[in-house]
Amino acid sequence: MTIALSMFVGFVALTLLITFWAAKKNTGASAYFAAGRSITGWQNGLAVAGDYMSAASFLGISGAICLNGYDGFMYSVGFLVAYITVLLVVAEPLRNAGKYTMADLLAYRLKPRPVRALASLSTLTVSTFYMIAQMVGAGVIIEKLIGASFHTAVIGVGILMLVYVVFGGMLATTWVQIIKAILLMIGAFMLSMLVLKHHGYSLEAFFDSVAAATYAGTEAPKNLLQPGLQYGTAVKGPWGPTDFLSLSLALVLGTAGLPHILVRFYTVPDAKTARSSVVWAMAIIGLFYILTTFFGFGAATILQKAQILSDGKANPNMVAPALAQHLGGELFFAFISAVAFATILAVVAGLTMSASASFAHDFYTNVIHHGKETQPGQEVKVARITAFCVGAVSIGIAIYLGPSVNAAFLVGLAFAVAASANLPVIVLSVFWKRFNTTGAVCGLGIGLLSSIVLILLSKNGPAFLGHPFPLENPGIVSIPLGFLAAYLGAILTARDATAEAQFAELKVRAHTGLGAEKATAH
Amino acid sequence: MEMSCPWTAFVPTPKLPLLNSDPVPNLLTFMNDPSPVNWDQIEAKPAFRSLLSRKAKFIIIATIFFLTYYLSLPVLVGWFPDLMKTPVWGKVNVAYVFALSQFIMAWVVAFIYVRKAATWDKEAAEIIKDHH
Repeated sequence: MTIALSMFVGFVALTLLITFWAAKKNTGASAYFAAGRSITGWQNGLAVAGDYMSAASFLGISGAICLNGYDGFMYSVGFLVAYITVLLVVAEPLRNAGKYTMADLLAYRLKPRPVRALASLSTLTVSTFYMIAQMVGAGVIIEKLIGASFHTAVIGVGILMLVYVVFGGMLATTWVQIIKAILLMIGAFMLSMLVLKHHGYSLEAFFDSVAAATYAGTEAPKNLLQPGLQYGTAVKGPWGPTDFLSLSLALVLGTAGLPHILVRFYTVPDAKTARSSVVWAMAIIGLFYILTTFFGFGAATILQKAQILSDGKANPNMVAPALAQHLGGELFFAFISAVAFATILAVVAGLTMSASASFAHDFYTNVIHHGKETQPGQEVKVARITAFCVGAVSIGIAIYLGPSVNAAFLVGLAFAVAASANLPVIVLSVFWKRFNTTGAVCGLGIGLLSSIVLILLSKNGPAFLGHPFPLENPGIVSIPLGFLAAYLGAILTARDATAEAQFAELKVRAHTGLGAEKATAH
Repeated sequence: MEMSCPWTAFVPTPKLPLLNSDPVPNLLTFMNDPSPVNWDQIEAKPAFRSLLSRKAKFIIIATIFFLTYYLSLPVLVGWFPDLMKTPVWGKVNVAYVFALSQFIMAWVVAFIYVRKAATWDKEAAEIIKDHH
């Protein structure tokens, strides 16, 4: 316990030093919101990976694979393949035509106020749900690992995250994410090597044990490599395969609409660097998710069910730390715990940063004040206040919901909203001349609404609604609805001459980088 | 207006190898963008139109390809589980190999795109070189 605690403290001290250093450089909006656009390709690649591989990834996926086998591995596949959408469709136009937020691109040639108001609402929704999931995860883990109470742990994480964001801005957030990504890769690699060592460094022996996983004799042998343990018709009924397809769809299309990932592309000097940072991120993220084979499937061959029980149920979040303790002893357990803690802090900081940037830049400056700053520095000031509010609200909700809330449900909601509301509008505004304001408002509104309503009507929703929707993942319905609403909203209303005239400018900007926001000179 | 936190003055700054950022907020320069760029003229250039249509074609084909390849995984797993359970090497089955191949597929598509994009960068620079 003391080793774990000292590693936590060491990591926190390092990140606070970075925050103080970054605070000195935080002069002006571009520095605060976009790290002065001075981050290099590999740095941003690591930061994207650090922003993306959340507690849900590291702890959640290793748990999902350990308990559900192959079906859990689908998350690993989807989380990587999703980056092709980011690379081909979103990253470069966003960097070339935008400034601080996702809405910059959407509002480029449309009426800015309605589009930004809805985009900001969608950003805040996605970020808040995602953040509550991380906060609850953080509380549970820290409670288990260092014995602090759930409340103390959630408040502690919240305060630290606020220090990074309020004082350090995007620069501090970026470096916290970079350090976390490196720590996570080291942890994942060492854990995988220990699992292989356990199986005598033989892949054949490893897969043989995975094919007959018994939790050291506590369960009947199961072949975890066979699909269907979670979503198969035998387990989930006739809708199982459709639900699995729906999940896959939200995973592959949701990432390109996640606001905290999109804003990372504003921190680099140009579109070419944005592209290379996606490639770096794909290399790191891909490697990490391939390694989940070893510490996910492997955990089921090594651990006993008793080692991952909490309150009488197998807790998927405890799989990775329990495996580390079993194979590497207290020191390695402390290291993996500190990595998990770093992971949560980095993701939560990134989410707060994107939520506060969107509120300050989209809602405060552009919707309320019609795009003009009333006094210099106002936007950054509002962002800092927003960060404080978003943090306080998430801490409050996380404590109110308590440790038993289903974190995967909240993350699923975030991905579904991102894919159904944000992505259709991003794609159509960049690629379709005829697109107009009504189309964007319909796409954002219906995408947001349909994904939330369908989740409330699913089996994860409140009981009084009666669970009429047969799928847990709404993507297969809400994503087409989002696209359809955006399309119909545009063709059923009058053509917008201004929006169409400005399409030429957007095309030239998006595809050549002419007139793009420059890195701040130094 | 700079909002530096009050106690930074008392804390030694770690010297990290990073770029400096400029103290001038560039919002105003952005709002009053004085560039007399004729966007329509650039957009009408045959070189630009040709670049864009080749780029769009690549993106559409690549997107159809990767989405088909990716979505066939949940479709095959969901509706043809017996096929996917066929062993390939020892206990390793088609389902796992196909999942692993998705990683390779993603990296290969990214590699091809980056190669193509490098040539597009040169063309784009050529198109806008008189408009800076």
